[in-house]
Amino acid sequence: MADIAVKVENLGKRYRIGTARTTGSLMLREVVTNALSRPFRRFSHINGAHVKGSEISSSYIWALQNVSFEVPRGQILGIIGPNGAGKSTLLKILSRITRPTEGRVELHGRVASLLEVGTGFHPELTGRENIYLSGSLFGMRKTEIDRKLDEIVAFAEIEKFIETPVKHYSSGMYVRLAFAVAAHLEPEILILDEVLAVGDVTFQRKCLNKMEDVKQRGRTVLFVSHSMPAVTRLCDRALLIEDGAIQQDGRAATVTSAYLLSKLNTTAERTWPDPANAPGNDIARLHRVRVCVEDGVTAASVDIREPIGIEMVYDVLKPGHVLLPFYRFFNEAGLCVFIAQDAGTEWRGRPRPLGRFTSVAWIPGNLLAEGTLLVSAGLYTLDPFTVHFIEKDTVAFHVIESADGSSARGEWDGNWEGVFRPLLKWTTQVCPLPSG
Amino acid sequence: MTRQLNERAAIGGPPSGPAFPDPPAITIIQPEHGWVPLRLREFWEFRDVLYFLVWKDIKVRYRQTLIGAAWAIIQPLTTMVVFAFFFGHLVKVPSDGLPYPLFAFAALVPWTFFARGLTLSSDSLVANGHLITKIYFPRLLLPFARILSGLPDLALSFFVLLGMTYWFHIFPGLISLLWLPALVLLAMATALGVGLWLSALNVQYRDVQHVVPFLTQLWFFATPIAYPSSLLHEPWRTVYALNPMVGVVEGFRWALLANGNPPGLVLAASALAAVIVLVTGAFFFQRVEGSFADVV
Repeated sequence: MADIAVKVENLGKRYRIGTARTTGSLMLREVVTNALSRPFRRFSHINGAHVKGSEISSSYIWALQNVSFEVPRGQILGIIGPNGAGKSTLLKILSRITRPTEGRVELHGRVASLLEVGTGFHPELTGRENIYLSGSLFGMRKTEIDRKLDEIVAFAEIEKFIETPVKHYSSGMYVRLAFAVAAHLEPEILILDEVLAVGDVTFQRKCLNKMEDVKQRGRTVLFVSHSMPAVTRLCDRALLIEDGAIQQDGRAATVTSAYLLSKLNTTAERTWPDPANAPGNDIARLHRVRVCVEDGVTAASVDIREPIGIEMVYDVLKPGHVLLPFYRFFNEAGLCVFIAQDAGTEWRGRPRPLGRFTSVAWIPGNLLAEGTLLVSAGLYTLDPFTVHFIEKDTVAFHVIESADGSSARGEWDGNWEGVFRPLLKWTTQVCPLPSG
Repeated sequence: MTRQLNERAAIGGPPSGPAFPDPPAITIIQPEHGWVPLRLREFWEFRDVLYFLVWKDIKVRYRQTLIGAAWAIIQPLTTMVVFAFFFGHLVKVPSDGLPYPLFAFAALVPWTFFARGLTLSSDSLVANGHLITKIYFPRLLLPFARILSGLPDLALSFFVLLGMTYWFHIFPGLISLLWLPALVLLAMATALGVGLWLSALNVQYRDVQHVVPFLTQLWFFATPIAYPSSLLHEPWRTVYALNPMVGVVEGFRWALLANGNPPGLVLAASALAAVIVLVTGAFFFQRVEGSFADVV
């Protein structure tokens, strides 16, 4: 594909630490000294002399270095990585908010960057006024906003409050309006940063749908997110950035699972050694949660054909309560795939004595689709209804599938949708063609 | 090639979105060192942003105030009353043969516009830090918008000034009135020039916040508002006019109150000084613009 929308070459950004960051601004004296000595310093470098070299390099930090990639038109590129890896710096350079220290970027087409929702909103202005202000900042012309105003207002569902200052809006209305403005941009290249992290579930769904829409219109999107499910679902390709450099570049599903697996070393099992900060109350307290395979070994990734055990170890500190352990499983899209609780008869309706309990739930093999599942672990009592603890995203595991023919996908190695992938029993009969 | 079974791939073909008629604009981002040329074309492309920034500043300024835009008049008017009493009545400062209240007010109107523009524009980048770190637009629009947003206030107090000339039976000539827009431009250029320097410095050195009130106060006394510049003799009067506000103030008095010959030499010196401040300010601003988001 010769049609390139974004071209990044050897991009680097160096920040000054120490003076610039800790005290907020430079001392005037320092600047004057620097300015006066600069010509001489350059000169001494030519002579091979080294003036304060180590001191200079130690007061700078490279937030990004040697980053190169190309994005073809129409591609949705996800950018993932831990906090402080340089993702935001990259977006800021691409959005022209800050200049790179070295390297070069070419953007072919109209760019809109959405680093936050509601940029430019002013609390004293009305909804309508803010649409114009924010829209123009995002690069919309006034005539364009005139044309789209009704649509934006309808999308945000704030028709009645359009002449009310936004300071009187509920936070939900505010976010809806802000996103509505952003959703009506029509750039050729869209740069997004964690925009989906705001709002309630229905609103997030709306945003995801809008992204799908953008995708279908063939726009180029660069999307930074901490949400692996969103990246896997929306992006064609992903970049993993760590320590200011691209560590991986490839299919979104491959890169996100590799990244998750590298993180899963610590999250396939989680222990709270100190009861003081373990989730729980004075009745029961969580001690450990882990994912294991049939032979009891902790496993971060499990073959799709194998059963998966989710083990919860908890201490009962007060006897006499009926306890129900449960898990909620979320897939890559943030969807709750299913909930499981101990429906066995062994402890049902039976008050627990003091002690350390271990409950394991077994998910059969050939049930879940490949991908990552996040597990929330909880413990509750039905009557009187009490939740002793519910710990979100306690552990995670990755279901992997090799297309060797023995799982549900058979020999097919392409895209295979769905949250479940059961190996069903198929029956096929044959009879002679009806005559005539 | 990966095969796809989902419906989207089945539709296939080129994307069905609207075509972009223009050839895509190419944006190049790369490091910039030293002095860079002013990107004047870009200001034109972002004219809508400027428009809405000005409009926001005007809308927000008097929201939730009791007497609203009357504040624009009260400030120069009370200053004039105080000056008229102390300087005009008690000290008997010469006023070039004009009624002292009118003499002072004709200067206070452009001065208030200038001082306000200077103060607001110096603070514009720091006050809009949340915008600077989140979105791109030519940063120069921020100080510029702050100055432009003073124009309605200027217009209001100007009508009061016109009323006063009528009251004192002074009728300005039409030709000289035509000079007023140029004088307002001169005041704006000066405010913007200084505002560009100070706002850019303010991002890095918050010392500027302490300098600005002090600077406006000194500048006030260095401008012939309470006294006439005719107290100085040539060539010092022309040298004095290197303070561009001397040209603005004397120009206003001449255009409105028809007191003698047009201050040609004074205006020329003031315009020259204003242009120098504006051009150097713009280049300095552009040079440091790229680091605002990192420092603000």
